[in-house]
Amino acid sequence: MSSTSAAATDANAGIAAVARRAAELLPAAGVITERSRLRTYECDGLAHYRVTPALVVIPEDAEQLAGIVAACAEHRVPYVARGSGTGLSGGALPHADGVLVVTSRMRAIREVRREDQRAVVEPGVINLDVTRAATPHGYYYAPDPSSQQVCSIGGNLAENSGGAHCLKYGFTTNHVLAADVVTPDGATVTLGGAAPDSPGYDLLGAVVGSEGTLGIATSVTVRLTRLPEEVRTILVGFESTDQAGAATSAIIAAGVVPAAIEMMDALAIEAAEAAVQCNYPAGAGAVLVIELDGAAADVEAEYAEVERLCQESGAFEQRLATDPAERALIWKGRKSAFAAVGRISPDYIVQDGVIPRTALPEVLRAIAELSSSSGVRVANVFHAGDGNLHPLVLFDDSLEGAGEAAEKVSGAILDLCIQHGGSITGEHGVGVDKAAYMPRMFTEEDLDTMQLVRCAFDPDGISNPGKVFPTPRLCGEVPGRHKGPHPLQEAGLAEVF
Amino acid sequence: MTTAEASLGSVCAEVRPAGPDDAVDGVVPGLVARPGSTEEVAEVLRASAALGLTVVPRGRGTKLTWGLPPRSADVLLELAGMDRVLDHAAGDLIVQTQAGASLDDVQGVVGQARQRVMVDPVVPGGSVGGTLATNTSGPRRMVGGTMRDLLIGLTVVRADGVVAKAGGRVVKNVAGYDLSKLMIGSFGTLAVVTEALFRLHPTPEAQRWVTARAADQAHAQRLVQEVVHSQVVPAAVEVEWASGGAGEVTVLLEGRESGVEGRAAATSTLLGDDATVSSDAPAGWSAYPWDPAAAGDRRATALKLTFVLSGLADVLGAVRDEQVPVSLRGSAGAGVVYAAVPAEVPGDEVAGVVERLRRVCTAHGGSTVVVDAPAAVKQAVDVWGPIPALNLMLRVKDQFDPDHRLAPGRFVGGI
Repeated sequence: MSSTSAAATDANAGIAAVARRAAELLPAAGVITERSRLRTYECDGLAHYRVTPALVVIPEDAEQLAGIVAACAEHRVPYVARGSGTGLSGGALPHADGVLVVTSRMRAIREVRREDQRAVVEPGVINLDVTRAATPHGYYYAPDPSSQQVCSIGGNLAENSGGAHCLKYGFTTNHVLAADVVTPDGATVTLGGAAPDSPGYDLLGAVVGSEGTLGIATSVTVRLTRLPEEVRTILVGFESTDQAGAATSAIIAAGVVPAAIEMMDALAIEAAEAAVQCNYPAGAGAVLVIELDGAAADVEAEYAEVERLCQESGAFEQRLATDPAERALIWKGRKSAFAAVGRISPDYIVQDGVIPRTALPEVLRAIAELSSSSGVRVANVFHAGDGNLHPLVLFDDSLEGAGEAAEKVSGAILDLCIQHGGSITGEHGVGVDKAAYMPRMFTEEDLDTMQLVRCAFDPDGISNPGKVFPTPRLCGEVPGRHKGPHPLQEAGLAEVF
Repeated sequence: MTTAEASLGSVCAEVRPAGPDDAVDGVVPGLVARPGSTEEVAEVLRASAALGLTVVPRGRGTKLTWGLPPRSADVLLELAGMDRVLDHAAGDLIVQTQAGASLDDVQGVVGQARQRVMVDPVVPGGSVGGTLATNTSGPRRMVGGTMRDLLIGLTVVRADGVVAKAGGRVVKNVAGYDLSKLMIGSFGTLAVVTEALFRLHPTPEAQRWVTARAADQAHAQRLVQEVVHSQVVPAAVEVEWASGGAGEVTVLLEGRESGVEGRAAATSTLLGDDATVSSDAPAGWSAYPWDPAAAGDRRATALKLTFVLSGLADVLGAVRDEQVPVSLRGSAGAGVVYAAVPAEVPGDEVAGVVERLRRVCTAHGGSTVVVDAPAAVKQAVDVWGPIPALNLMLRVKDQFDPDHRLAPGRFVGGI
């Protein structure tokens, strides 16, 4: 027997053992083994990576989930957690010889405590449902990824999801107070607490955004935020992205912190118009969607300032929405943009690089040059306020070499971000998609240090292996390890002091 | 000259034998090394690793007695020589600084652009690194959060001398693990932070403090609940409380002049007839309820109490019920307050106070930590209290510092 087939036999035996354990722990509907049904789970929101998992389990509670992970640990079977499967970096891409643990049946909102400004939810709860549960109390859950109608809190925690409003309100990590986490050895630990500043290492801070490589959350305590008294959304048309970028910088420099500043360029506007007829200012080279929220009098004063600064930066049209229906119309164009580019291009790559805000005009010009020199079209839709670009690199996969050309432009855009001191990902995560880019942003030592955390949580590397890091660290190796007295000292040749 | 002194002296310009003034909570180190760069820190840590020396990092020495005394301190690694603010990118609202810089200096630099690191100077003169290591915060944490919400990038040197960076120059960044979270509040037990990058916030145009008396703990809780659920957007909600004495609730409003004016009036209405509005902070604002200058056995037992907001009345009630005088001040609107037990109260009595307060805080989802105390008290009480997930923390420690040479014993569970 060759070593490859021996490994395959081991993997099969492991999966069979976990499947048996799953059948004991879970109702029959929660254990999927037929090939045809397994294929339903072969990808997440990044559909060009596809792997059929060996087994899918859909636990109903924390105990069942912990039991599955314990079985995986016992048999060294890799597993991958999946919430709603909306991730855009392949973070929930299954492992061919592993188990996919789906949290979609853990959907209870356990508590909404207005007096404590907290809610306790299960990982499969949909992001927007937390806000829906809190709204009658005058509260909401602030992180609002574009997929908030379908994405899960567990997935948000794994990815440290952001959204349009994180400019003012921060990311998932700023709103998760505590979590019960099943670690890769099958144990359950409570990290953080309902009250702030739990003593000890902030392990919760390490787990949030670790893309499912350190464990699976089974219960999440989140902070609820008071609904603002006043919200104003402004749609501003500019002739160029340079002008829109200048307006963004001027607003921030004036000390205004809008809830959101979003930008779309001409190509992105064209796509959105084709898809949802959002009726954005005709002939605009760029639009900004600016949202101000807070106490009414403060918003009034900030609005006057923003209006003036946009004017001074060359805005040719400004529209103010004050009621929810008008606001929704403005946001419709922005929120439909990703899907809308499908109208103008059969295929596209979404990038998620981040740059310091002041580099915006320079980087946008460089992207335009890349686009014209390569002939690859790039539409820009992004969170201008925090410099989080979402260039949509358009291509037609039916044309030979088009995919490769798009990949090349896409990679060059990430290099631009890194050159400006930014990041390869602002909110979509590294996953399987950008793991190869990590060494461009971090040194070997940086990545090695991050993986010390991985080794503490998951020495066998069974929790979502192959994600985030281009190469796993062997946890047995502890570089520079030194035990006991120094050899010279031991030999009586030297004293330490 | 000893082997250690020679070895460290060959890689770091400033190395000297330690004296009694260099003591870390009563433990006199062997040597003091004062590196001037990240590279020098790395060299010192590599040399220390080769000799198996324990290393205790020190910033500007304002909180060195916090936590527990180190089990051993062969080398005191003093970072005060690395005190430069490296880069203030005002347009990007970020500042990059060396860890030994004083937080006041950093605020001075960014303040020129009407910006601020949104953390209150609760301990005067402290360094950036020390502030990170102890995770201090003040009243504005309610709106600005704490270090974990402000730190966006850092450079650390590991116990084995390897230099690593995490995060970056942008606020929005999910590439790789967020190591900064692990370093914050870790008392220098995982790695030595040498540089940090913070996000900044604009300095507000106007500020008002609205203060009202709270007759009892139930009244205080009612006032705090009124304010946090209102639309006045408080930047801070503080409580001042003395055992047996009267209590006060103070709300800070920040923003544009036109907005703050109206919100101060609305807050005043919420707090009741005796509420007063001021453009100046009340006495003791953003200071702990203990004297930071008191040293040795003259220092009070300093406590940090946390709880969910609905637990405020019970915590205040428990403080008022104590037989010894306990003074309390803190962020009632955030669920984090501080208390001081006078230095002259014997250790066993303090232990009783800690145990009772811990029971109340734990029942309300929080904890009680003895931040600082005289040596006798530290021996009589459980300083850190029960720590969930301690095993996992030990595993993290074992990975970063397998020989437990960094600030050994200062942190939770003997870490």
